[in-house]
Amino acid sequence: MTKTIIPFGPQHPVLPEPIHLKLTLEDEVITEAIPAFGFVHRGLEKLVEIRDFHQMIYVVERICGICSMLHAMCYCQGIEEMMGIEVPPRARFLRVIWSELHRMHSHLLWLGLFADSFGFESLFMQFWKIREKILDIDEATTGNRIIVSVNVIGGVRKDLGTEQTSMILSALKDVEKELQWLETTIMSDYTVQKRTVGKGILTGKQAYELGLVGPTLRASGVAQDARMLGYAAFGDINFTPVVETDGDCYARCKVRFREVFQSIDLIRQAIGKLPNGEIAVKVKGRPNGEVVTRVEQPRGEVFYYIKANGTKNLERLRVRTPTFANVPALLTMLPGAWLSDVPVIVLSIDPCISCTER
Amino acid sequence: MQGEVMCISPDNLLGETARMKVERYRFVTLSCVEISETQVEILYHFDREFQLKHLRLTISKDSSVPSISPVYFAAFLVENEIQDLFGIRFHGLVIDYDRTLYLEEDVKTMPFCKYVAVQKTPESNEEKAP
Repeated sequence: MTKTIIPFGPQHPVLPEPIHLKLTLEDEVITEAIPAFGFVHRGLEKLVEIRDFHQMIYVVERICGICSMLHAMCYCQGIEEMMGIEVPPRARFLRVIWSELHRMHSHLLWLGLFADSFGFESLFMQFWKIREKILDIDEATTGNRIIVSVNVIGGVRKDLGTEQTSMILSALKDVEKELQWLETTIMSDYTVQKRTVGKGILTGKQAYELGLVGPTLRASGVAQDARMLGYAAFGDINFTPVVETDGDCYARCKVRFREVFQSIDLIRQAIGKLPNGEIAVKVKGRPNGEVVTRVEQPRGEVFYYIKANGTKNLERLRVRTPTFANVPALLTMLPGAWLSDVPVIVLSIDPCISCTER
Repeated sequence: MQGEVMCISPDNLLGETARMKVERYRFVTLSCVEISETQVEILYHFDREFQLKHLRLTISKDSSVPSISPVYFAAFLVENEIQDLFGIRFHGLVIDYDRTLYLEEDVKTMPFCKYVAVQKTPESNEEKAP
């Protein structure tokens, strides 16, 4: 049979970020997929040479808008570990609250885009309508909708008063109710199932051996979530990772949908246990040494390697983002798939190209 | 640094990597650090049930390193990234972009190497001349 090569991207309808896939097809079945990057590489890691270790918080927050809070939290955790700084308990709980709000709006954004990828426009709009409520909470508590910029080395820069925590709990109640209303559609609708069930299957063994992370890994039955490490205040609240076992696009969708409810629960727990006290400690000195640190972003585990030499500039900052770890999955999932399923399968790993290229 | 660190040489890199795979370690990533004008350090990070293990490889910038992508397929992406940014060559890559993962074909410099001076060609000097 004649082989056809189709260039998919870098610009295409389902993903507003540039990734190019060279798809080799026999008839309409993919036999090989080779990704290409380099359209938005910014070399942010190299900025450690001219920005000091405090300024680098603003840089890592801009690796990706959707995960900005978690990038900053991971970076601050690394520097705090290196400098032996103990973050006040209240700050640790506040980090949990804002990080879970970030996970919620990221997953809701993805759920909308995912619905859009198979042409379910009204579902797309419903998810994005609900997402606005989370962004409103971010704006009311931090002043910003996306890049909330609350992390500093030694704690957080913003606090939550009683009125604000009540407002959050009230808004989350509405969000929970609206999501429950959409549950039947996303979980049982004929269109959703027809386009996602049995597509892009990865077994647990494949997912683990490929080094995948986040919902992509957990949808294949592997219960791995960096929050199990207990960073911030996750060690003080009840947490069990959401796991599905089918390993297809539908399972990845279910994991993310269930994780939104889990985030609501985690925020309620964190607010319920929010201790009184300081929100940050003063930082003295400069970092020296080598550290690795990781947190669970919405797309999966982010891994930071930081090396410092006692000066104000770090020697090296290396960021392994979740999409960078999940791209190899596409090379396994796409061969054997129909061309029409490519947008759904690609989107099922929740790709973030600005994270990948940094 | 959290986790066990083990220094290795290029000769036993593949052996140690294969051992990690047998011991059910998950590949996390590589970190490349320029440590002098002539040398770089590559850290191979692995994880098993949240226990990290790192292999530390120190090599000269002009040497070629065996790729671990035949053992851990996922490593091909970060090895290509290091080829682009630091100019370190990996041999045996399952997919070799030949320094075009991020860079254009005509780029010969190493963007993340601070010790390397940009070599200007006579043509580029001529272009800037008034």
